[in-house]
Amino acid sequence: MAWGEFKDTAGERRLFQRRTLVMLVLVLLVLGGLLARMYQLQLVEHEIYTTLSDKNRVQVQSVPPPRGLVYDRNNLLLAENRPVFSVTVVPERVDDMPATLAGLQDILSIPDEDMTRFERRLGEYRRPFEAIPLSYDLSEDEIARMAVRRHEFPGVEVTAELVRHYPHSELTAHALGYVSRINREELQRIDSVNYAGTNYIGKSGIERFYEDVLHGTVGYQNVETNARGRILRVLERENPVPGEDLQLHLDLRMQRKAHQLLEGRRGTIIAIEPATGGILALASVPSFDANKFVTGIGVEEYRELSTSIDKPLFNRALRGQYPPGSTIKPMMAVAALDSGATTREKEIYDPGYFQLRDGGRRYRDWKRSGHGWVNLMESVAESCDVYFYEMGVEMGVDVMHRYLSAFGFGEDATLDVAGALEGILPSREWKRTNRNEPWYPGDSVNMSIGQGFFLATPLQLATATSLIANRGVWVEPRLLKDIPGDRPVEEFLPEGTHKPLELKNPDDWEYVVDTMEAVMHGPKGTARRASVGASYRMAGKSGTAQVFSLEEDEEYDAEEIRERLRDHALFVGFAPSDNPQIAVAVIVENGGGGSSVAAPVARELFDTWLEDLPAADKHSLIGQASTGDER
Amino acid sequence: MVGVNPLGDEAGSLGRKHSIWTTLHLDPLLLVLLLLLMVGGLFVLYSGADRNLLVVEAQAVRFGIGLVVMLFVAQLDPAVFRRWAPWLYLAGIIGLVAVLVAGIGAKGAQRWLAIPGLPRFQPSEGMKLVVPMATAWYLSRYYLPPTFPRVMLGLLIVLLPMALIILQPDLGTSLLVGMAGVYVVFFAGISWKLITAFFAMISVSAPLMWFFVMRDYQKQRVLTLLDPQSDPLGAGWNIIQSKTAIGSGGLDGKGWLQGTQSHLEFLPESHTDFIVAVLAEEFGFLGMAALIILYFMIILRCLYISVTAQDSFSRLLAGALTMTFFLYIFVNIGMVSGLLPVVGVPLPLISYGGTSAITLLAAFGVLMSIQTHRRMIAA
Repeated sequence: MAWGEFKDTAGERRLFQRRTLVMLVLVLLVLGGLLARMYQLQLVEHEIYTTLSDKNRVQVQSVPPPRGLVYDRNNLLLAENRPVFSVTVVPERVDDMPATLAGLQDILSIPDEDMTRFERRLGEYRRPFEAIPLSYDLSEDEIARMAVRRHEFPGVEVTAELVRHYPHSELTAHALGYVSRINREELQRIDSVNYAGTNYIGKSGIERFYEDVLHGTVGYQNVETNARGRILRVLERENPVPGEDLQLHLDLRMQRKAHQLLEGRRGTIIAIEPATGGILALASVPSFDANKFVTGIGVEEYRELSTSIDKPLFNRALRGQYPPGSTIKPMMAVAALDSGATTREKEIYDPGYFQLRDGGRRYRDWKRSGHGWVNLMESVAESCDVYFYEMGVEMGVDVMHRYLSAFGFGEDATLDVAGALEGILPSREWKRTNRNEPWYPGDSVNMSIGQGFFLATPLQLATATSLIANRGVWVEPRLLKDIPGDRPVEEFLPEGTHKPLELKNPDDWEYVVDTMEAVMHGPKGTARRASVGASYRMAGKSGTAQVFSLEEDEEYDAEEIRERLRDHALFVGFAPSDNPQIAVAVIVENGGGGSSVAAPVARELFDTWLEDLPAADKHSLIGQASTGDER
Repeated sequence: MVGVNPLGDEAGSLGRKHSIWTTLHLDPLLLVLLLLLMVGGLFVLYSGADRNLLVVEAQAVRFGIGLVVMLFVAQLDPAVFRRWAPWLYLAGIIGLVAVLVAGIGAKGAQRWLAIPGLPRFQPSEGMKLVVPMATAWYLSRYYLPPTFPRVMLGLLIVLLPMALIILQPDLGTSLLVGMAGVYVVFFAGISWKLITAFFAMISVSAPLMWFFVMRDYQKQRVLTLLDPQSDPLGAGWNIIQSKTAIGSGGLDGKGWLQGTQSHLEFLPESHTDFIVAVLAEEFGFLGMAALIILYFMIILRCLYISVTAQDSFSRLLAGALTMTFFLYIFVNIGMVSGLLPVVGVPLPLISYGGTSAITLLAAFGVLMSIQTHRRMIAA
């Protein structure tokens, strides 16, 4: 036996029972005591701690960074931040929500939509004590009324935030894009820490493309707030890093000019500085007021904009896909010369139509009587279709596709232009995939004059024209010119990927430019009227794109067809032709003839850029010099 | 004297129903109460950890391990614990010495032992089980109540690991381990005269502890308890914030996940030691009452198991383990509600982390073993 002593088993059990009873009493007393303590804290002193819990809090608040500003090339402000006052509600601090809302409706004009949205947010999950916005963009009167009666509404705050404002709203809406409230999908995507205090995000254009650069880095502050959440003092602060300012190639004066020229019509203008690829003007008319989208546009107003037959929200410059028509002829001329399909000397007889074989379908020339014997120079100057029909068949779709790809058709060749579309550069493969048909020679005929399946955006046309102006040197179109600071702009821009288009005979570039000069200045040039009185030489090509295709031999009477079915007027060109400073693409929808409607628009742009603006700059320099060192 | 039935076929011999529970050696009532506590605890933890599902998952995994350990321990006959007690005690002391010599740790305290090939572990955690086991083994060898020399020797068994744990330093665990042993001595029947004498000694030695044993941070905690407002943004912060959280909960609380103190990050350690403040804030007085009643039912069941245990060793061990569980509750809720100084004691089976959940479930395994391994009493 291990424990050689007498053990009184029953006695030990009784002893243990007594001791357990003592412990049970202790347990009851202590747990009862804890329960009493809870009773004291939670019921007797509840009011004290509720007040403590609600007030005099030290909170960490995020400080949103001010969004970077956007300037044009002359440092004129295009996008700024303006303080906007909103009413927000912290539901936890509101005693009687229906009464509060009713009271607020008396002194503020709260649209029903805002009220519905607020009530929806009220039902959704949110962090406790998170403020819910009720009404945005108070008027001065409303701010004043709120200031007077604020004490009647505990839990209701007037908050100021910096909100994007576009001082030249309609002028720049399509060029800059806009910011708007962060939506649910974006909320999933963004860095929730850095956007902790940010309510807006770039939705389109430059605002979207340079979102990361413009946004900046969030800051923090530790604040002491009172019972109503009002900040009593800032204990500690880490300042936000403001977003970078952008300087664009855009020239506000050119932009304004472009809008003036398209006033009352539907159309688009793209102007590019060939040497830099910088976009000088990007106009799509009609436009819209981007400021309305920032603070939230009304449903009714939005429906009006989005269903308008004039499509003001549609960015024609980047997303409008038009048949390029005859404006493609200079690029086709480059292809035909370099591929050996033709020579500068070769002449073709144009009877007014083209047939793939005798007795086959007649592809009409725009000139019913025909151009007679023409060479390449005359064919471009007079826009002879038959010459290019024959070139198209001679080259075939593969050769055309190769050269037109090198001009940037069928792709988005831009560096930082968000939302640019690719158009359609048809090929055998494209037709098989999309139409489930082989490529017919007739398709090549249509493609040769920019018709058929071929679609290009105005930006693509301007880019290709710019490439001719640059004699084959690729400079991808871009909007960003500079970001102030030490870092070079190249750090912010994506890298260009295009190789220069090198011709077997580089002199062919000059020849093609000459053909485009003949369009503007030649005795039979289609757009010769647009060059009258010019002090410089210009190169260009007009075009007319059919809105719907006409049956063979069908008579066409512009007067009879409703205005919206009239042809689109197109023009591409650059000036001066030997030292190009500006390349443009102009499209006037349902404008009729390219040479009569679109070419004069381009001429005005050339004059403005080459003569009026330099003169104005000179004048203002003289003016500044005479007024001394004020600026 | 207790007869050992080598076949362990005790259930039938007592005439009790032979059910699945006796086969598994689990006490269904205790198990249901524990599961109720753990499941509720996970919900509170989800809120306390600010909706971090990973934390909840990790805790659930820990509970799973703990339940497996409990099941395993419950299979062992209490006689096994008695036989192994001195050796486990010896191993524990060696482990504690090893921690002091070669332990690893954080925040200036060495608590962990990393032996290659084994998971990292805290010997002091295991001592919460081993010390009462060893003390019960020693005292139950002789008749009870124990004589004075045996009481002193029994207390020595308790004081040695306490001293080693204080050196780590870990005052909180040391006191818990010590109390587990002291409970055994109390249950063994130590005379009330001696108890009075000990209390007198403690009150005399308290000032000495203050000056010679307690570290500055520990003194600060006691001072802060006496006057939290003296340092509202420093050491008093925890107490003020947790009291505010509890008090603002009111009768029925702010609702699950709706607590403002914890979610606005005013409440520190909201998913570990201070989790009861989250519960109190979100479920109010009714929630706290439910929790305390649940704890009380567990304690009641365990005390019943202790009283009905068949030999002195089992009784002493079961009683001590039950009271240790109770001590956890008292110290934690007392601390969070501002009655006791801030000591790192988790709320049993609700606080996140540590090995405490596993140790606790192992202790319940011991209790279930005692409850389910009954044998016919010889004579």
